[in-house]
Amino acid sequence: MDNYYSIYICGVGGQGIIKTSTIIGEAAMNQGLDVVMSEIHGMSQRGGSVSTELKIGGYNSSIIPNQGANMLLAFEPIETIRGLDKVNSQTKIVYNTHPIIPSSTDKPYPSVDSITNVLKENFNYVLPINGTALAIEAGSVLALNMVLLGAVTADDNFPLSKDSVIEAMKNNLKPKFHEMNLKAIESGYNSIKG
Amino acid sequence: MNLKELVTGVSGDKQFLLGNEAAVRGVIEAGVSIAATYPGTPSSEIGNVLSVLAKDANIYFEFSTNEKVAMEVAATAAASGLRSFTFMKHVGMNVAADSFMTTAYSGVNGGMVILSADDPSLFSSQNEQDTRNYARLANVPILEPSNCQEVKDMVKYAFDLSEQFNIPVIVRTTTRVSHMRGVVEFGDVKDNSSNNNDHWKRGHFKKDPSKYVPVPAFAGDMHVRLWDKIHKIEDLTNKSEYNRKIEVSSDKKYGLIASSSAYNYAYDVVKFNDLDVDILKLGFSYPFPQDKVAEFLEDLDEVFIVEEVDPIIEKDTLATIGAKKLNVTVHGKMDGTFPLYHEFNSDVVAEGLNKILNFAEDKSIKFSSSLEKLQEDIPSRAPVLCAGCPHRAMYYGINKAIEELGLKTSDVIFASDIGCYTLGINPPYNCADYLLSMGSSVGDGCGFSVSTDQKVASFIGDSTFFHSGISPLINAVHNKHNFVLTVLDNRITAMTGGQPNPGIPIDGMGDEAPEVSIRKIAVACGCDYVRVINPFNLDQVVKTYVEAFQRDDAAVIVSKAPCTLIKGLTKKPPVNFVEGNCNNCDKCVSELACPAISKINGKITIDKSQCDGCNVCIQVCKYGALEAGR
Repeated sequence: MDNYYSIYICGVGGQGIIKTSTIIGEAAMNQGLDVVMSEIHGMSQRGGSVSTELKIGGYNSSIIPNQGANMLLAFEPIETIRGLDKVNSQTKIVYNTHPIIPSSTDKPYPSVDSITNVLKENFNYVLPINGTALAIEAGSVLALNMVLLGAVTADDNFPLSKDSVIEAMKNNLKPKFHEMNLKAIESGYNSIKG
Repeated sequence: MNLKELVTGVSGDKQFLLGNEAAVRGVIEAGVSIAATYPGTPSSEIGNVLSVLAKDANIYFEFSTNEKVAMEVAATAAASGLRSFTFMKHVGMNVAADSFMTTAYSGVNGGMVILSADDPSLFSSQNEQDTRNYARLANVPILEPSNCQEVKDMVKYAFDLSEQFNIPVIVRTTTRVSHMRGVVEFGDVKDNSSNNNDHWKRGHFKKDPSKYVPVPAFAGDMHVRLWDKIHKIEDLTNKSEYNRKIEVSSDKKYGLIASSSAYNYAYDVVKFNDLDVDILKLGFSYPFPQDKVAEFLEDLDEVFIVEEVDPIIEKDTLATIGAKKLNVTVHGKMDGTFPLYHEFNSDVVAEGLNKILNFAEDKSIKFSSSLEKLQEDIPSRAPVLCAGCPHRAMYYGINKAIEELGLKTSDVIFASDIGCYTLGINPPYNCADYLLSMGSSVGDGCGFSVSTDQKVASFIGDSTFFHSGISPLINAVHNKHNFVLTVLDNRITAMTGGQPNPGIPIDGMGDEAPEVSIRKIAVACGCDYVRVINPFNLDQVVKTYVEAFQRDDAAVIVSKAPCTLIKGLTKKPPVNFVEGNCNNCDKCVSELACPAISKINGKITIDKSQCDGCNVCIQVCKYGALEAGR
C-alpha cells in the first residue's frame, strides 16, 4: 500500500480549506500519482463546518471510509472532534489550536487544553500546533492554510515531497504572496518535524 | 490552475479538475455554440466557469431567468443546427420538464445535452429526486459519469450521440461527481469558430412543422419516431464501452452492477477487501442494455445492485431476469440490502455486501468516556446569515413590526423560498414555516391567505422572483389574495455563488445589460402597495411592515441592499463596543444574532474581522453601548 494516503481536512468555511486540498491534489498529479478529492460547496459555506477528503493512490471513491484516514488535518479545535469518525490508532491528528467560537452557541465552547488532553488519552499521534500564531508571524492570519499545508508535508509517510507541494502552491496562489506563503509552509513543517 | 487552460489546453494535457470544470472542458471539446442555465448547486460552478470563458471559447452563454427558459434556448439552438448545452440541479428539471418532454418528441439537429446534477443526502437541496426517472419519463438516453475524466468524456460523447440520433441526451451527475476533483486528460477540440461578427457561430432554422409543432396531427408520429430512435440506441448501449465488465471472480457466483458515484464505492470495497465479485459498470444506463446485463447475469447466482438514489437499475435488472428467464437473486434497495435514500459511501456499500458475503471485521475503535462526552458537548456550527447580511436586518425589523402590531411571530405564517434567506428559519428570527420550490412563496401566500384567517408573509429573493415569482403575483392580485410579499433584493444570486440576474445591469458574459425593475413589475402586476426599503434603516423597515400588515391586498415590499459578499463594495469600519453603557440586556446577541457579536466571559465582544459596519446593531442597542467605528 505504498503511496496510498488519505487526508481528511476540516474546519470552518472561509479558512482556505478547499485551496489547500487542491494544492496537495495538484502536487500529487504532478508527481504522477493517482488522486481524487471531494469537496462541498453551497449552503454549508455560510460560516458552517466545511470538510474535504483527499485520497492519493489507486482509489476510485473520493470519500474516506470510517477509520480510513492517514491524517486528520483540522483548522479549528472542535472541528477535530467532528472529524474523528475517519481516524484510527495510526492516524496523525494535526490541528490548529486557535478556536473560532460559533455564533449563537447552543453549548459552551470547551477549553482547548481539555480537547488536547482527551485526544492524547485516545490516540497515539496527536499534534496540536498554534497555526494561527505561526501564520501571523509569517505575515498574515490568512496564511493559516499554508502553515497547515507545511505541517502535512512533515509527516514521514506523506507521499509527496515538500518541493512539489511548494511548486503547486506557486501555481495556485498569487506571486505577491509567495514569499509569505513559503515562510508559512516552512514554519508549519518545522513545528511538526522539530 | 488558470481557468483559461480549459480553453487553451491541448490534447494530452492533464489537469486536476473539479467535475464541473471537467464538464466545461467537455463542452469546449465538443464545439458547443450555445449554453444556458439557471444556477443551482451542485451544478453552479459550470455556469461560473462558462461565464468567464464563453467568449474565449466561442460560446454564447446566458444565465436564463429559469431552467425552462434555459431548456428552450438550448432546444431552439439545437433545432437550428447548433450544438447546445443546458445544465441545472436536479429540481431544475422539474421547472424545465414541460418543454423538456416535448424536446424529446421534436428532436434536434445539432447535438443537445442536458446535464442534471442530483444531490443525494441533500447537501443543498429540498429533495433527493433521481434524474434517471426523467430519462425514462421522456424516453431519452442518459449517461452516468463516475469521475471527472468520465464527466469530460461523456459530455463530449453525448453531443455525438445526440447528433447521430437527433435526440437530446441527459448527463446525470451527483454531488460527489460534480464536486469531486480528479486528474483529467484533455482531448481534441472541435472547431466552433464563427464566420460572422458574433463571437459564437449562428445556425439556421429550417422550417418543418410536422417535426417541430406537436399539434395532435403531428405529435402521434413524433412519439413513434422517438421509440424508433430508442430501440436503435439500445443496440448501442449493449455494445458501449461505458457499460463494461470488470472480472475478478473465479467461481462466478456473485456479481455487482453499479453506476455513477455508487460505482466508485462498490469498486473500492471489492478491491480493498479482495472480494470474489464481478462488476458490471453501467455508464450509459438508458435505454437499458438488457442483452449486456443478461449476459453478465447468466452464470451468476446472486447479484448486487449498487446505485443512488432510486432502485432504477434494480427494477430494470429484475425485468431483464424475468424477460430472459434467468435464475439470479437480486440484492439491492428493494430487499433492504442497501438504503433507499441518502448518498452511499464505502462504509454503506460494505455493510450491504457484508449482509450476504460476511467478510468485514469490526475495525471501530472504542473512545474513552471523556471523549464520548466531549463529542456530545461540542457546540454545533450550522450555516448562518453572514455578518452584514441585509436579510438579517429585514428579519429583525419584521419581527419588531409584528410586536408593534400586538401580534406574536407565531401568529403569522411565513412562506419562505429558495435562497440564503431560507436561513431565516433559524431562531431568533423564526421566519420560515412553509416551502415547496423556487417561487412557491408567492403561490403559498395566495393559498394560506384564502384558507386561513392568519396573517401571511411571503419571502422571495430577487433572482427567485424573476425565476418564478411573477405569475403567482399576478394571481394574487387578480384573485384578491391578502398577504405581504417581501422581495429580498440583494442585487445578486447569492446562495449559488454570486451570479448576476435580470435585476442588475450586467449579463452572464459580463456585458452591460438592461436592468429590470422589480418595483415596476409589481406595479404592472396590479399591486396597489409597493414600497422599496433599505433594510439597514430599521425605523423604515418597522414602519413599512406595520403599514403593510394592516392592508387587505397583496402588498409588496422590496427590501433592497447588496449582499455583503459582492466584491468591491465600500464597507464602513467595524462597530465599537462602549462597555460603560452596556446594561446587559443582550438584545444584540439574542434578538439580532449577528455572528460578529458574541458574549464571551460575560462581556459583549465584537469580532472586528467579521463586522463590516452595517451598523444595524447600533440601532438595536437602546443604551448607546454600540457605536459606529471611525
